[in-house]
Amino acid sequence: MAITVTSNPDQVTVVTVEGQLIVANRQELKQAIQDALDGGARKFVVDFGPTAYIDSSGLGALVSINKKVREAGGELRLAGLNEDLRSLFELTKLDTLFAISATASEALAGF
Amino acid sequence: MSPLAADRLPDRPPGDAHYRLVLPTDLDLLAEAIELLLACCLEHGAIAPANCFRLRTVAAEAIANAMLYGNGNDPARTVTVELQVLSDRIVLSVADEGDGFDPAAVPELVSEEECHAAERGRGLFMMRHLAEQVIFNERGNAIWVTLTRA
Repeated sequence: MAITVTSNPDQVTVVTVEGQLIVANRQELKQAIQDALDGGARKFVVDFGPTAYIDSSGLGALVSINKKVREAGGELRLAGLNEDLRSLFELTKLDTLFAISATASEALAGF
Repeated sequence: MSPLAADRLPDRPPGDAHYRLVLPTDLDLLAEAIELLLACCLEHGAIAPANCFRLRTVAAEAIANAMLYGNGNDPARTVTVELQVLSDRIVLSVADEGDGFDPAAVPELVSEEECHAAERGRGLFMMRHLAEQVIFNERGNAIWVTLTRA
Protein backbone atom coordinates (compact mmCIF):
# COMPACT_ATOMS: atom_id res chain seq x y z
CA MET A 1 0.00 0.00 0.00
CA ALA A 2 1.13 3.54 -0.68
CA ILE A 3 -0.46 6.48 1.08
CA THR A 4 -0.23 9.96 -0.33
CA VAL A 5 -1.22 12.94 1.80
CA THR A 6 -1.92 16.30 0.17
CA SER A 7 -3.51 19.51 1.40
CA ASN A 8 -5.39 21.86 -0.90
CA PRO A 9 -5.96 25.60 -0.55
CA ASP A 10 -9.33 24.97 1.15
CA GLN A 11 -7.43 23.24 3.95
CA VAL A 12 -8.83 19.82 3.16
CA THR A 13 -6.38 16.97 3.63
CA VAL A 14 -6.72 14.34 0.91
CA VAL A 15 -5.32 10.93 1.76
CA THR A 16 -5.06 8.60 -1.24
CA VAL A 17 -4.78 4.87 -0.58
CA GLU A 18 -3.15 2.88 -3.35
CA GLY A 19 -3.21 -0.92 -3.43
CA GLN A 20 -4.90 -2.43 -0.41
CA LEU A 21 -5.93 -1.37 3.06
CA ILE A 22 -5.44 -4.42 5.25
CA VAL A 23 -4.37 -5.48 8.72
CA ALA A 24 -0.70 -5.24 7.75
CA ASN A 25 -0.82 -1.55 6.85
CA ARG A 26 -3.90 -0.01 8.46
CA GLN A 27 -1.65 1.63 11.06
CA GLU A 28 0.00 3.71 8.34
CA LEU A 29 -3.36 5.24 7.42
CA LYS A 30 -4.25 5.83 11.07
CA GLN A 31 -0.90 7.49 11.65
CA ALA A 32 -1.18 9.69 8.55
CA ILE A 33 -4.56 11.01 9.71
CA GLN A 34 -3.36 11.40 13.30
CA ASP A 35 -0.32 13.38 12.15
CA ALA A 36 -2.57 15.68 10.11
CA LEU A 37 -4.95 16.08 13.08
CA ASP A 38 -2.01 16.93 15.31
CA GLY A 39 -0.96 19.50 12.72
CA GLY A 40 -4.36 21.18 12.93
CA ALA A 41 -6.17 19.61 9.96
CA ARG A 42 -9.88 18.98 10.50
CA LYS A 43 -11.30 18.26 7.05
CA PHE A 44 -10.35 14.98 5.43
CA VAL A 45 -11.06 13.07 2.24
CA VAL A 46 -9.83 9.50 1.99
CA ASP A 47 -9.62 8.70 -1.72
CA PHE A 48 -9.97 4.99 -2.52
CA GLY A 49 -9.80 5.50 -6.29
CA PRO A 50 -6.63 3.37 -6.68
CA THR A 51 -7.57 0.86 -3.95
CA ALA A 52 -8.02 -2.80 -4.92
CA TYR A 53 -9.47 -4.12 -1.68
CA ILE A 54 -10.06 -3.40 1.99
CA ASP A 55 -10.26 -6.06 4.67
CA SER A 56 -12.22 -6.00 7.92
CA SER A 57 -9.25 -4.51 9.78
CA GLY A 58 -9.12 -1.70 7.24
CA LEU A 59 -12.82 -1.04 7.78
CA GLY A 60 -12.28 -1.09 11.54
CA ALA A 61 -9.43 1.39 11.14
CA LEU A 62 -11.74 3.73 9.22
CA VAL A 63 -14.34 3.52 12.00
CA SER A 64 -11.64 4.37 14.53
CA ILE A 65 -10.27 7.23 12.42
CA ASN A 66 -13.75 8.66 11.87
CA LYS A 67 -14.33 8.64 15.63
CA LYS A 68 -11.08 10.51 16.29
CA VAL A 69 -11.75 13.10 13.59
CA ARG A 70 -15.27 13.75 14.92
CA GLU A 71 -14.03 14.00 18.49
CA ALA A 72 -11.61 16.67 17.28
CA GLY A 73 -14.52 18.56 15.70
CA GLY A 74 -13.58 17.55 12.19
CA GLU A 75 -15.18 15.75 9.28
CA LEU A 76 -14.08 12.77 7.21
CA ARG A 77 -15.42 11.92 3.77
CA LEU A 78 -14.69 8.87 1.65
CA ALA A 79 -14.38 8.92 -2.12
CA GLY A 80 -13.59 6.81 -5.15
CA LEU A 81 -14.93 3.48 -3.91
CA ASN A 82 -15.38 1.09 -6.82
CA GLU A 83 -18.51 -1.01 -7.08
CA ASP A 84 -17.01 -3.92 -5.13
CA LEU A 85 -15.73 -1.76 -2.30
CA ARG A 86 -19.01 0.10 -2.17
CA SER A 87 -20.82 -3.22 -1.78
CA LEU A 88 -18.52 -4.05 1.15
CA PHE A 89 -19.55 -0.84 2.89
CA GLU A 90 -23.21 -1.65 2.24
CA LEU A 91 -22.77 -5.21 3.51
CA THR A 92 -21.25 -3.98 6.76
CA LYS A 93 -23.72 -1.05 7.02
CA LEU A 94 -20.85 1.41 7.01
CA ASP A 95 -22.32 3.20 3.99
CA THR A 96 -24.66 4.92 6.45
CA LEU A 97 -21.84 5.94 8.79
CA PHE A 98 -19.63 7.70 6.27
CA ALA A 99 -20.27 10.48 3.79
CA ILE A 100 -19.32 8.75 0.55
CA SER A 101 -18.74 10.60 -2.73
CA ALA A 102 -18.13 9.15 -6.16
CA THR A 103 -14.90 11.09 -6.64
CA ALA A 104 -12.42 13.05 -4.54
CA SER A 105 -13.41 16.27 -6.31
CA GLU A 106 -17.06 15.70 -5.41
CA ALA A 107 -16.06 15.08 -1.81
CA LEU A 108 -13.99 18.29 -1.78
CA ALA A 109 -16.93 20.23 -3.19
CA GLY A 110 -19.06 18.94 -0.31
CA PHE A 111 -17.05 20.80 2.32
CA MET B 1 13.41 -11.33 0.76
CA SER B 2 12.74 -13.99 -1.89
CA PRO B 3 9.30 -13.87 -3.46
CA LEU B 4 6.70 -16.33 -2.27
CA ALA B 5 6.03 -19.39 -4.38
CA ALA B 6 3.21 -21.89 -4.23
CA ASP B 7 3.90 -25.59 -4.82
CA ARG B 8 1.66 -27.17 -7.41
CA LEU B 9 0.52 -30.53 -6.07
CA PRO B 10 -0.69 -33.48 -8.13
CA ASP B 11 -4.09 -32.64 -9.59
CA ARG B 12 -6.95 -34.21 -7.66
CA PRO B 13 -8.85 -35.18 -9.78
CA PRO B 14 -6.85 -34.73 -13.02
CA GLY B 15 -7.49 -31.29 -14.51
CA ASP B 16 -8.31 -29.60 -11.22
CA ALA B 17 -5.23 -27.61 -10.22
CA HIS B 18 -4.10 -27.85 -6.61
CA TYR B 19 -1.55 -25.59 -4.92
CA ARG B 20 -0.03 -25.38 -1.47
CA LEU B 21 1.59 -22.35 0.10
CA VAL B 22 3.15 -22.52 3.56
CA LEU B 23 3.60 -19.08 5.10
CA PRO B 24 5.44 -18.04 8.23
CA THR B 25 3.29 -15.89 10.47
CA ASP B 26 4.18 -12.48 9.11
CA LEU B 27 1.45 -10.01 8.20
CA ASP B 28 3.85 -8.25 5.83
CA LEU B 29 3.57 -11.30 3.53
CA LEU B 30 -0.20 -11.03 3.32
CA ALA B 31 -0.54 -8.79 0.26
CA GLU B 32 2.02 -10.80 -1.73
CA ALA B 33 0.40 -14.10 -0.76
CA ILE B 34 -2.99 -12.90 -1.93
CA GLU B 35 -1.68 -11.75 -5.30
CA LEU B 36 0.12 -15.09 -5.69
CA LEU B 37 -3.10 -17.01 -5.01
CA LEU B 38 -4.97 -14.88 -7.52
CA ALA B 39 -2.22 -15.46 -10.11
CA CYS B 40 -2.46 -19.23 -9.55
CA CYS B 41 -6.21 -19.04 -10.21
CA LEU B 42 -5.80 -16.92 -13.32
CA GLU B 43 -3.34 -19.43 -14.81
CA HIS B 44 -6.35 -21.66 -15.30
CA GLY B 45 -8.63 -19.21 -17.05
CA ALA B 46 -10.55 -16.08 -16.43
CA ILE B 47 -12.39 -15.28 -13.23
CA ALA B 48 -15.17 -12.71 -13.15
CA PRO B 49 -13.79 -9.40 -11.76
CA ALA B 50 -16.27 -9.44 -8.88
CA ASN B 51 -15.00 -12.89 -7.91
CA CYS B 52 -11.36 -11.71 -8.06
CA PHE B 53 -12.36 -9.08 -5.53
CA ARG B 54 -14.14 -11.69 -3.40
CA LEU B 55 -11.14 -14.02 -3.53
CA ARG B 56 -8.76 -11.24 -2.48
CA THR B 57 -11.00 -10.13 0.36
CA VAL B 58 -11.83 -13.60 1.66
CA ALA B 59 -8.19 -14.75 1.42
CA ALA B 60 -7.04 -11.64 3.28
CA GLU B 61 -9.53 -12.30 6.07
CA ALA B 62 -8.79 -15.99 6.39
CA ILE B 63 -4.99 -15.69 6.33
CA ALA B 64 -4.90 -12.67 8.64
CA ASN B 65 -7.19 -14.44 11.13
CA ALA B 66 -4.97 -17.53 11.01
CA MET B 67 -1.82 -15.49 11.66
CA LEU B 68 -3.20 -13.11 14.25
CA TYR B 69 -5.72 -15.12 16.24
CA GLY B 70 -4.86 -18.73 15.33
CA ASN B 71 -1.08 -18.48 15.59
CA GLY B 72 -1.11 -15.57 18.03
CA ASN B 73 1.16 -13.63 15.64
CA ASP B 74 3.96 -16.04 16.57
CA PRO B 75 6.55 -15.99 13.72
CA ALA B 76 7.64 -19.53 14.60
CA ARG B 77 4.21 -20.85 13.59
CA THR B 78 3.07 -21.31 10.01
CA VAL B 79 -0.14 -20.96 8.07
CA THR B 80 -0.85 -23.55 5.37
CA VAL B 81 -2.92 -22.33 2.46
CA GLU B 82 -4.27 -24.74 -0.14
CA LEU B 83 -5.98 -23.66 -3.30
CA GLN B 84 -8.00 -25.84 -5.61
CA VAL B 85 -8.96 -24.34 -8.94
CA LEU B 86 -11.82 -26.34 -10.40
CA SER B 87 -13.69 -25.70 -13.62
CA ASP B 88 -16.56 -23.90 -11.91
CA ARG B 89 -15.24 -22.90 -8.49
CA ILE B 90 -12.28 -22.15 -6.29
CA VAL B 91 -11.77 -23.79 -2.92
CA LEU B 92 -9.39 -22.07 -0.54
CA SER B 93 -8.35 -23.70 2.71
CA VAL B 94 -6.35 -21.97 5.44
CA ALA B 95 -5.04 -23.82 8.48
CA ASP B 96 -3.09 -22.49 11.43
CA GLU B 97 -1.22 -24.14 14.30
CA GLY B 98 -3.40 -22.72 17.04
CA ASP B 99 -5.90 -24.36 19.35
CA GLY B 100 -8.84 -23.30 17.21
CA PHE B 101 -12.00 -21.44 18.11
CA ASP B 102 -15.75 -21.89 18.01
CA PRO B 103 -17.04 -19.88 15.04
CA ALA B 104 -20.59 -20.17 16.35
CA ALA B 105 -19.53 -18.21 19.43
CA VAL B 106 -18.45 -15.18 17.40
CA PRO B 107 -21.17 -12.55 17.82
CA GLU B 108 -22.66 -11.15 14.64
CA LEU B 109 -22.87 -7.42 14.19
CA VAL B 110 -26.56 -6.95 13.51
CA SER B 111 -27.81 -3.46 14.27
CA GLU B 112 -26.64 -0.36 12.46
CA GLU B 113 -25.51 1.03 15.81
CA GLU B 114 -23.31 -2.02 16.46
CA CYS B 115 -21.89 -1.85 12.93
CA HIS B 116 -21.07 1.84 13.30
CA ALA B 117 -19.38 1.45 16.68
CA ALA B 118 -17.38 -1.78 16.26
CA GLU B 119 -13.72 -1.54 15.39
CA ARG B 120 -13.49 -5.38 15.15
CA GLY B 121 -15.70 -8.36 14.40
CA ARG B 122 -16.51 -7.96 10.70
CA GLY B 123 -14.13 -10.55 9.22
CA LEU B 124 -16.14 -13.75 9.61
CA PHE B 125 -19.34 -11.93 8.69
CA MET B 126 -17.73 -10.68 5.47
CA MET B 127 -16.40 -14.11 4.55
CA ARG B 128 -19.79 -15.72 5.08
CA HIS B 129 -21.45 -13.17 2.83
CA LEU B 130 -18.83 -13.03 0.08
CA ALA B 131 -18.25 -16.79 -0.30
CA GLU B 132 -20.61 -19.49 -1.50
CA GLN B 133 -19.68 -21.70 1.42
CA VAL B 134 -17.59 -21.39 4.58
CA ILE B 135 -16.77 -24.50 6.61
CA PHE B 136 -14.54 -24.95 9.67
CA ASN B 137 -12.99 -28.14 10.94
CA GLU B 138 -14.11 -29.40 14.33
CA ARG B 139 -11.11 -27.95 16.15
CA GLY B 140 -11.69 -24.55 14.56
CA ASN B 141 -8.15 -24.03 13.28
CA ALA B 142 -8.86 -24.64 9.58
CA ILE B 143 -11.34 -23.04 7.24
CA TRP B 144 -12.53 -24.02 3.74
CA VAL B 145 -14.02 -21.29 1.61
CA THR B 146 -15.69 -21.93 -1.73
CA LEU B 147 -16.11 -19.22 -4.36
CA THR B 148 -17.59 -19.45 -7.85
CA ARG B 149 -15.46 -18.50 -10.87
CA ALA B 150 -18.01 -17.34 -13.41
